[in-house]
Amino acid sequence: MAQEVFSSHIRKIILDQAKRANVGHIGSALSVADIIATLYFGVMKISDPADPDRDRFILSKGHAALALYAAFFLKNWIASEMLDTYCSDNTLLPVHPERSLKGVDFGTGSLGMGISYAAGAALAAKMQNSKRRVFVLVSDAECNEGIVWEAAMFAAHHKISNLYVIIDLNGQQALGYTHDVLDTAPLGKKWEAFGWQVKDVDGHSREEIINAIQSCEHELTRPHVLIAHTTFGKGVSFMENKIKWHYWPMSMDEYRLALENVERLS
Amino acid sequence: MRTAFINALVELAKDDLRILLLTSDLGYLVIEPFIERFPDRFINVGVAEENMVGLATGLADAGFIPFIYSIAPFAVLRPFEFIRNGPVYHQLPVRIIGVGQGVEYGFNGPSHFGVDDVGVLRTQPGLTIIAPVDDIQAKHSIQKTHNLPGPIYFRLSKDSFEIPELNRSFELGQTQQIGNGKDVLILSTGAITREAIRAAQLLSEHGLATTILVIATIAPAPVSDLIEALSSFKYAFTIESHYITGGIGSLVAEVVADHCLNIKVVRLGFDALLNKSFGSSAYLQAAHGLSPEKIALHIIKTLEENV
Repeated sequence: MAQEVFSSHIRKIILDQAKRANVGHIGSALSVADIIATLYFGVMKISDPADPDRDRFILSKGHAALALYAAFFLKNWIASEMLDTYCSDNTLLPVHPERSLKGVDFGTGSLGMGISYAAGAALAAKMQNSKRRVFVLVSDAECNEGIVWEAAMFAAHHKISNLYVIIDLNGQQALGYTHDVLDTAPLGKKWEAFGWQVKDVDGHSREEIINAIQSCEHELTRPHVLIAHTTFGKGVSFMENKIKWHYWPMSMDEYRLALENVERLS
Repeated sequence: MRTAFINALVELAKDDLRILLLTSDLGYLVIEPFIERFPDRFINVGVAEENMVGLATGLADAGFIPFIYSIAPFAVLRPFEFIRNGPVYHQLPVRIIGVGQGVEYGFNGPSHFGVDDVGVLRTQPGLTIIAPVDDIQAKHSIQKTHNLPGPIYFRLSKDSFEIPELNRSFELGQTQQIGNGKDVLILSTGAITREAIRAAQLLSEHGLATTILVIATIAPAPVSDLIEALSSFKYAFTIESHYITGGIGSLVAEVVADHCLNIKVVRLGFDALLNKSFGSSAYLQAAHGLSPEKIALHIIKTLEENV
């Protein structure tokens, strides 16, 4: 299956499940659909989610978990019946990912901790002489959190080069645009100043993401960060770059229109 | 106590390669024996307690047993949410070492006091909380919890001392008893047990025989031991270098309420903000009614008023 198809499937699942459960965070999940599709279907080595030497993935921006659940479904790690429990009572698939669901490497929801956990997990891999890598997807606004920079300083100092941070740079946060709320720019220069190898990529391009990660593999003394330029709500024209769609659920008309948009994209 | 603990940690780490020691840039003249012996298993993460907890969570999840070291409020209160979301929610063997029971950092001021650490952590299911009473208990407590799968908080005194009356015992989930007087029941935790023992001596001079029950395992609470002791007295006096809310005073009151025990609980501890005057640990404890003399007087007055 081509990556575009995985991305398209993930987007469709996001819309279907968000509508069925009548919940929001749709724009955030659409923003990272291509990144997650590329990681799970083109980058990470995970033969089995229980393999101790598998690559790890931490969705530090846990509110985009619906995109992750969609990837798990496409990996055949969860059945459609389980996917349909998303945000229902007695589910293992709440808004933010929890470790009780097989495949979730770390439960998130509290912004900032994912990268700190990941630095520890990547350091552990090095100490255990394992080749496993740790990928962390953080939001741009998550970089408001102090712990992100504590972890960034630590990972650079200890040359944790099996750690890959991908920043979903969509320029939005819950209550506004990042340049209005708390400007993160120049984000790449900040990470570079903290001692990281920095790559700018189109966060909706499988090719650019894969090429950037491959080009990082030769850098053995620095951790890596991909500044993934993304569009919030990518693929659904009326959601793109609109603050409302951080929290808002869809009406039936909006759902139909969104589906048409996504199908056209594929 | 902290030195005895680190020495015991060194002994354990000789045979257990999973053990790591992380510090947020504290532990001067305490943690050196570990650093010298196991430089590859020691990490100074810098002054970054939140990240220290996050790192330890990732390391523990990969099979290590990380001990993370700081002064109690920095080990517990600064990164509390990360303790909750990391080792507690994920049930991982992170060992939090909080140094400075109560007001032991005296002249450093309230920023350095551990007077609310137990109260905060006691809310967390599955988190073991241990407050050793002396060096011997510190050593035994780390040995006897070595392979516990979940997280542990060790509330350690910075002072080094032994309490011979304690009979060198420590068992997880049990209390330890000093004396078996029938007139007064004191429940204490940590190093302030020394003040409780001296208060018991003063009470003895007034003809009152005391039982001191030491609560070294605060969580899981030693419920059956507490019920047994609390069932034999009319008054229970809890003594702790902690705010009176959330610590062992609250714990004992919960056990009394849960089991409908016919006993009045008198909680001695800090009942006001510690921001009025500053001084040594002994000064601060005395100023808040926690010297042996004031403890004994409080107990005598309470008993006399309620004859």
